[in-house]
Amino acid sequence: MILGISYDLLRWEERNIIEEGRKSGFKVIPIFTKDVTFLSSEDVPYQDVEAILQRNTSHSRAVSTSMLFETSGFKVFNDSLTLSKCENKLMTTFLLRSRGIPVPKTAIAFSREKALEVAKKLGYPVVIKPVEGSWGRMVARAQDEDTLRSLIEYQEFTTLQYKTIYYVQEYVNKPNRDIRIFAVGDEVPVGIYRENEKNWKTNTALGAIAKPLKIDEELKELTIKVKEVIGGFFLGIDVFEDKERGYLIGEVNGVPEFKNTVRVNQFNLSNFILHKLNEAIRR
Amino acid sequence: MVSLKCPVCGGEVQVDDNALPGEIVEHECGAQLEVFNDHNRLSLRLAEQIGEDWGE
Repeated sequence: MILGISYDLLRWEERNIIEEGRKSGFKVIPIFTKDVTFLSSEDVPYQDVEAILQRNTSHSRAVSTSMLFETSGFKVFNDSLTLSKCENKLMTTFLLRSRGIPVPKTAIAFSREKALEVAKKLGYPVVIKPVEGSWGRMVARAQDEDTLRSLIEYQEFTTLQYKTIYYVQEYVNKPNRDIRIFAVGDEVPVGIYRENEKNWKTNTALGAIAKPLKIDEELKELTIKVKEVIGGFFLGIDVFEDKERGYLIGEVNGVPEFKNTVRVNQFNLSNFILHKLNEAIRR
Repeated sequence: MVSLKCPVCGGEVQVDDNALPGEIVEHECGAQLEVFNDHNRLSLRLAEQIGEDWGE
C-alpha cells in the first residue's frame, strides 16, 4: 500500500503511524499540509498514492484538505463529510439523536434570551460548549442563570466562528470519568476510561488519567451505530455513563489522538489502523 | 543530528536527522519552533499558536 499521511503538526500519533507503516512494508508518504498547494488547473502531486489518512490537527485544514484530495480523485480517510459531522457539535448531537442514539439533553439557541430560557428548561447546572472546539477549551459549567449569563457574554466577545449559536447541555452526573472508544472500519478494537479526580472535565489534555477499558457488547454495538451515522473509517467517540440512562454519546472525533490508549492498553492501534485501511482499499 | 539556527535567539538547535516538517522543537531560549522544508533544506520557524479549531 502506498499511503499518504496528511498532517500539519507531527504529533506522537503521526510519527507512530509513519514508523509502523514502514515496518509493515507500506510506502508511507508524509504530506505536510503547509507545503502543499492545490491548483484547479493542475493535478495534485502524489498520483501514486492509493489512500490518504487525514491527520491534520486543525479542523479547518482537515476538512479542507480531505475535500481537496477527494475532489482530486483520492480515497481519503476520514472524508470531508464525516469530518464536517464530527467537528460541529450541533451537527453531531442532532444527527445522532435523529437516529435514536442516546445523547445528553441538549439545547440550541440563537439569541442570549432564548439560551437562558431553554437552560431553565434543562435545569441547572448546565454546560455551555463552543459549537466547534477541542481539548475541553471553553467548555464551562454554570450552576445558575447568573453564571450562564456571564459565560454567554464571554462567548459573545470571543472570535469563535459560531459565537452567536448557543450550545447548552444538561450536566450529566457521571462518575469521575468518561469513556473514549475507537471505531476502526467496522471494528471496535480498544478504548480507555479517562479519570479525573480534580476536574469534572475528563479530557486527558486537562490532566485526566487514562485507564484500560473493558469493552462490553452494548458499548460495542453503540459504537458501531454511531459510526454508521457519522460515517468515516477511524473515529474516537466520547461516552458518558449515566446512572439511570446508561451510555450517552458526548462527542465524536474525526482525527482522534491515541497516544494514551496505546500506552495503557499495550495495543498497537497504528498497526491496526494501517491493516484495516489496507483491507478497505483492496475491497 | 543536524545543527540549525534558532530564528528567535540565533543560537544553535540540534534536530534529529530524520526530523520531518511539522515537528515541534523546544529551544533552550524558550522558543517553540517548527521544523519546515526551506527549499529542500530543513529549517526552523516559530511554531504556530494553538488555534481555536485545533485538537482532536
